[in-house]
Amino acid sequence: MRLRRVRAITVKESLQIVRDPRSLMIALLIPLMQMFMLGYGINLDIMHIPVCVMDREASQDSQGLLHRFAASRYFDVRRAAGSEADIRRELDSGDCSVAVVIPAGFSQGIGDTGAGEVQVLVDGTDSNTANISASYARAVISAYSADMQSAALRRKGAVATTATPVDTQARVWFNEELESRNFIVPGIVAMVMAIVGAQLTALTIAREWERGTMELLMSTPVEPMELMLGKLLPYFVVGMVDAAICLALAVFWFHVPFRGTLGLLLFTTSLFLLVVLCIGYYISVAIRSQVAASQIALLLTMLPTTLLSGFAFPIEQMPAFVRGVTYLVSARYYVTIVKAVFLKGTGAAGLAVPILCLAVYAAAVTLLASRAFRKTLG
Amino acid sequence: MTTASPQIVAQALVKRFGAFEALGGVSFEVAPGEVMGFLGPNGAGKSTLIRILCGLLRPSSGRALVAGIDVAKDPEGVRKRIGYMSQKFSLYNDLSVIENLRFFGGIYGVPRQDMEARLRFAVDMAGLAGQEDSLVATLAGGWKQRLALGAAILHRPTILFLDEPTSGVDPQSRRRFWNLIHTLGAEGVSVLVSTHYMDEAEYCNRIALINRGRLVALGTPAELKQRSLGGELLEVRCRNLGAAIEALRRAPGVRDAAVFGSTVHVVADPAANYRAGLAHYLAGHGIADAGVRPIAPTLEDSFVSLVQASSSAAEAR
Repeated sequence: MRLRRVRAITVKESLQIVRDPRSLMIALLIPLMQMFMLGYGINLDIMHIPVCVMDREASQDSQGLLHRFAASRYFDVRRAAGSEADIRRELDSGDCSVAVVIPAGFSQGIGDTGAGEVQVLVDGTDSNTANISASYARAVISAYSADMQSAALRRKGAVATTATPVDTQARVWFNEELESRNFIVPGIVAMVMAIVGAQLTALTIAREWERGTMELLMSTPVEPMELMLGKLLPYFVVGMVDAAICLALAVFWFHVPFRGTLGLLLFTTSLFLLVVLCIGYYISVAIRSQVAASQIALLLTMLPTTLLSGFAFPIEQMPAFVRGVTYLVSARYYVTIVKAVFLKGTGAAGLAVPILCLAVYAAAVTLLASRAFRKTLG
Repeated sequence: MTTASPQIVAQALVKRFGAFEALGGVSFEVAPGEVMGFLGPNGAGKSTLIRILCGLLRPSSGRALVAGIDVAKDPEGVRKRIGYMSQKFSLYNDLSVIENLRFFGGIYGVPRQDMEARLRFAVDMAGLAGQEDSLVATLAGGWKQRLALGAAILHRPTILFLDEPTSGVDPQSRRRFWNLIHTLGAEGVSVLVSTHYMDEAEYCNRIALINRGRLVALGTPAELKQRSLGGELLEVRCRNLGAAIEALRRAPGVRDAAVFGSTVHVVADPAANYRAGLAHYLAGHGIADAGVRPIAPTLEDSFVSLVQASSSAAEAR
């Protein structure tokens, strides 16, 4: 391998990048757009659930409970329904996804048996949201129930004790506010880089084929490894600029807490960038058409990164087979690393396994890409 | 030519693409400093041959030696010593003249101390002095071709492969291009150039006629003209060319008759002595105004006759 030839290719490739300001703008603007779109668009927090209520008793007790719903930040009481048909209509139209019905004998039930009955109807179309809504509703009701109980005890003259036998004090670590954005945004960085990185190099060899420059290039003494290195270098720089933009947006715009070290983040980011650049390059060598190479690169990076990297959908919840497949997705390792470095401030030692996996992955795809290029026409 | 060992040796080169045989066993040699032209219709196998010699295609069988190196065994060794111009213009349109040359200088490993001088030489040769910073996309065809040639000889290769280098270039630029090729030949560079322009083939030291993947004839332009026709060439002038052709094709001793411009070219058996008797024969077949004279064959005559002969032989096979 001769560095002189690598340099000649790098210079040529850089000139071509600079001469094509449109592509360069796209390479820099797309990450920006994706960060904003995904950063604002994906929100897994469930709040302000629209509720309709039907109070058949209209007593102090029933109003008290409904006030609790109104006061909760998880629920928005939108309507007071007059009949079962109203409720049905609200749920059908999707205007409300939860209905709380208090029957006429609510207070009496509490007085007689100590057990009043409340009906909570949940729109189960989106099972995840339904589950969460139901448990929020249950929490509101049981808090109210506990308060009523202690008030009753106080009335009976018993020594007021609000203490429950077992008290849970749950404390959330790493993402204290349980903001889903803090968890999602570092993953978006990985996704944006996977998509943009592979796109950058997917065109590079295919373009030479389409313009007819490849045949001449192949008749020269340039070695496949020199060609690959020379072509990857300038795109590596562009990719790192993209990464810097994404990471800066995550920290300064989306205010995701950054607790780790910048060095570790940049090191692992460059490893991941190498992986996606090599994947794009490999596709470009294999496909020889710019449009097709770009489409395939998009498909091969976006789908697995979205679905199988754990960036939004927890890998632990996947069926065993799919979980096995995720080990083949390089973004999986990078997503693990970025999230940990951002939120937990984990160091290199704690992330040794994913870092090692990513490094092995990078070495493998580099080897694959460097050997894919054959200097014959067929 | 010279007795020095040949720079290019092709031994029974065969190339098949699936069932299609692009080359059917082609053998020849090119001496140092020789300009060898490959002449043939489109699809004859010229590009395939050149690509095999450059190591871009593997032959299905046969052997190719370039600069004494077996192309199949050490393609990189060959690539260091050759320059190549592909059929399609293949420099970078979005780079300037000097950036293109610098790139290929770096790729070919032109020694650093020689670089500036070689770049200067290539720019001057292409006639592009003062336009070093122009984008290649803005250059006219003739300049592009000469720049491509300049890029191909930056590293002083001893062998040059040019695949239809002048297609789509104006006649004046073609003439200039061929002067450059002969200058290189005079400096000892072996040039293998393919073309389908007859007039260009006349500029070559030797010509190989290629048709349907087979070498039909090989020799100097003069040799080919004499040898190929297998008879004497007569030019017939008359008003009714169609009737003349009809009559001539039925004449005993006439090997071929074809319209050539406003005349008919006839290849006849010398024994029939038509030089004197053809006008009489035509008069006997209702063409009274025929004027007949012997002419020196052009390369096109021999090309047409050889290609026809080889095509009918191929069909017979």
